[in-house]
Amino acid sequence: MSISLQTAPFDPGALLTRFSAGRTNAGAVVSFTGIARADQGAQTRLELEAYPGFTETEIGKIADQATDRFSLHDLVIVHRVGVIAPGEAIVFVAAMATHRREAFEAADFLMDYLKSRAPFWKKEIGSDGEKWIEPTARDRADVARWD
Amino acid sequence: MAKVLLFGALHDVAGWRTRDIDAANLQALTALLSSEDPALGEALAGKGVQVAVDRVIVRGDVALGPATEVAFLPPMSGG
Repeated sequence: MSISLQTAPFDPGALLTRFSAGRTNAGAVVSFTGIARADQGAQTRLELEAYPGFTETEIGKIADQATDRFSLHDLVIVHRVGVIAPGEAIVFVAAMATHRREAFEAADFLMDYLKSRAPFWKKEIGSDGEKWIEPTARDRADVARWD
Repeated sequence: MAKVLLFGALHDVAGWRTRDIDAANLQALTALLSSEDPALGEALAGKGVQVAVDRVIVRGDVALGPATEVAFLPPMSGG
């Protein structure tokens, strides 16, 4: 299991290749890449803040839950912090299991958690000012599916 | 002295991110912060704000030791 926060951009394809390499006993890898959006061409950028130490620990707890719940062989989570430009990857999650269903569900579960319950704070900075983003009703409903 | 950390919108409201504050318990600490900055007090009492003491989420009042880290965590949003 690997959980990391980083300020530098990453290449999701390279992460997936490395994660999948040399595995012979797992039949399924599902990955998700979240990309910073710029709605209607707006020149917005995101600023992601974490609580160093605490954030990784809290994500670790949910990753342990995912491993048990979906019988995962392995998982990887990479999350950006700091300033993220539109089009850059902000989060990468991959889950490996014997069969596809568990891998799909684990990736979904982990992303729902990361979106609204992991210790991150996200600010959108655009030409018309700055705005802290809070989870939407949809985000809350998504994560509640797993409770 | 507790080490107080503010995250997200809270540090924008307060104008600071970290401060050392002398308080015997969490309730006294919050009262002190609210009395010197009512806008921050209101933000700390806002919906969905959680408190971590030495990196463990707590509910209700807790005693604060000399080197306790108290973090105020507004609603979280990642991914």
